[in-house]
Amino acid sequence: MTQAATQASTPAPAEPVVRVEGLRKRYGDKLALDGVDLEVHEQEVVAVLGPSGSGKSTLVRCIHQLETIEGGAIHLDGELLGYEAHRGGYRTLSENRVCVQRRRMGMVFQQFNLFPHWTVLKNIAEPAMSVHGQSRRQAEERARDLLDRVGLADKADVHPRHLSGGQQQRVAIARAVATRPRVVLFDEPTSALDPELVGEVLKVMKDLAETGMTMVVVTHEMEFARDVATRCVFMADGKVVEEAPSDQFFSAPRSERLRSFLSRYSGERRSPTDLEKVSS
Amino acid sequence: MAVDTALANPTTARPDAAIARPRFRPGRLAAVVVLVAATVLVLVWAATNPRFEWGVVGDLMFDPSVMAGLGMTLLLTVVCMALGTALGTAAAAGQLSDFGPVRWSCQIYVGLLRGVPPLVQLIFWFNLAYLVPRLSIGLPGADPVASWSVNELITPLTAAIIGLSLHESAYMAEIIRAGIMSVDSGQRDAARAMGYSRHQTFWKIVVPQAMRVIVPPSGSQFIALLKGTSLVSVITLTDLLYSVQIIYGRTYQVVPLLLVAVIWYLIVVTLLTLVQRRIERRLGRGYDRTTSARVRARSLEGDPA
Repeated sequence: MTQAATQASTPAPAEPVVRVEGLRKRYGDKLALDGVDLEVHEQEVVAVLGPSGSGKSTLVRCIHQLETIEGGAIHLDGELLGYEAHRGGYRTLSENRVCVQRRRMGMVFQQFNLFPHWTVLKNIAEPAMSVHGQSRRQAEERARDLLDRVGLADKADVHPRHLSGGQQQRVAIARAVATRPRVVLFDEPTSALDPELVGEVLKVMKDLAETGMTMVVVTHEMEFARDVATRCVFMADGKVVEEAPSDQFFSAPRSERLRSFLSRYSGERRSPTDLEKVSS
Repeated sequence: MAVDTALANPTTARPDAAIARPRFRPGRLAAVVVLVAATVLVLVWAATNPRFEWGVVGDLMFDPSVMAGLGMTLLLTVVCMALGTALGTAAAAGQLSDFGPVRWSCQIYVGLLRGVPPLVQLIFWFNLAYLVPRLSIGLPGADPVASWSVNELITPLTAAIIGLSLHESAYMAEIIRAGIMSVDSGQRDAARAMGYSRHQTFWKIVVPQAMRVIVPPSGSQFIALLKGTSLVSVITLTDLLYSVQIIYGRTYQVVPLLLVAVIWYLIVVTLLTLVQRRIERRLGRGYDRTTSARVRARSLEGDPA
């Protein structure tokens, strides 16, 4: 197992936060995920890379139970997600139980998906109140603290449409972590952004990683994967082709497919400002 | 460049949109002349033609039976709109269900009620007692717990409420369904991702956003229903139209009494339109201009008046 390298400092190999086994997902005739295995341990930042259509986004959507799955299993802290043992077999969980399981995960979407009819503050604080039963004072205090950390303390009372894409995505990240999830899943968080706004979002994600948050990040940002992620996973055609600690992943790719994928990316220069912002 | 232009055309200063005058448009002037002339002609005709009997119109505007009819029309509109919206919401939710049998039933319900003219429905429900003589509650084979004669239950009022509410519910179902579908699916994903239950997602996230699409055509639907209530005169319910018909049946002053009804309909519809515009502005407030323009355009298209 490749995790052994990154987890060498921890004594006993603890139960991973997320454990995906043989996951299969079909869209019509197309097999989007074809037996995917993945383990994400506490405080790990796993970058999921791969060409478009390789199933990266489907993978995180399945982990968050936004898609039904056709085979395999997903565990969160050892608990089976979406299914329960029943009469010697398994059956789907009730809608309410699935909701309760989802509350332990956060998700950041490519299109931000902030709620446009609520202010920025309410976007972050409302779920904490009506889903997690916190008091308004408690939820709003936490929301303001998070807004401060993503550098948007002065935007608490505006509606999302008045913010730039980068600012909206920073709010979305604050929203996803407001309820202290076990893991935050990022579905191409910078792909819908203008190039000059990518850096500010990656900076917030880097800060979040440094707080020890467990993260799964589907991305095309190679610099982020190399500098921030602890481990990288390369997917193609619905399968995990290769996974390795980030430095090895980029310096010593084993498979031909990953080599050609990486060479295509190193050829096209990303804007150097993004890089500076992330590493600064 | 500025020098070249000045040399070529020495009478003008540097080109500047600020000093440009709008063009004279003769077609528009002609249109104004024609419209003013037509308006004056109609007003003169209406004022000088003795057959309009404006005196009678004035005398009967606030006649107690006309007022009672107006009250019935308004009551019927409000009650049927409320019932129609409630039933329509259920039918819309059913049509969007991922459970086939519920979805198909709701599609058939909407299809049937939208396909039958409201006038036909009113007469049908008024004659329900012919098909179903008694309405009973109880288990089959056992003595009924309660039982009513349908002939007594179905009065002109109940038949009107049933017929118009069902008709309205089918249209509201389509409006509400379109509103719900207009909400971006990413919003539902995000709500579920935050751990909201199905119920919370619907009421906290989907409905508030769907309202901007639902309200404008609903306002038009309300106005259409108000006018549609005049159909109930065929089952002898004394709404505004039937009240004036009763009076002119006695006095033969058909035109002035129809004018009384027309004026009242116009007053109420105008007031409702003003209220509708206000609500639309409120809902559109803060949203960017392109969206509110789109919603406005949709409300104009949807207006059957």
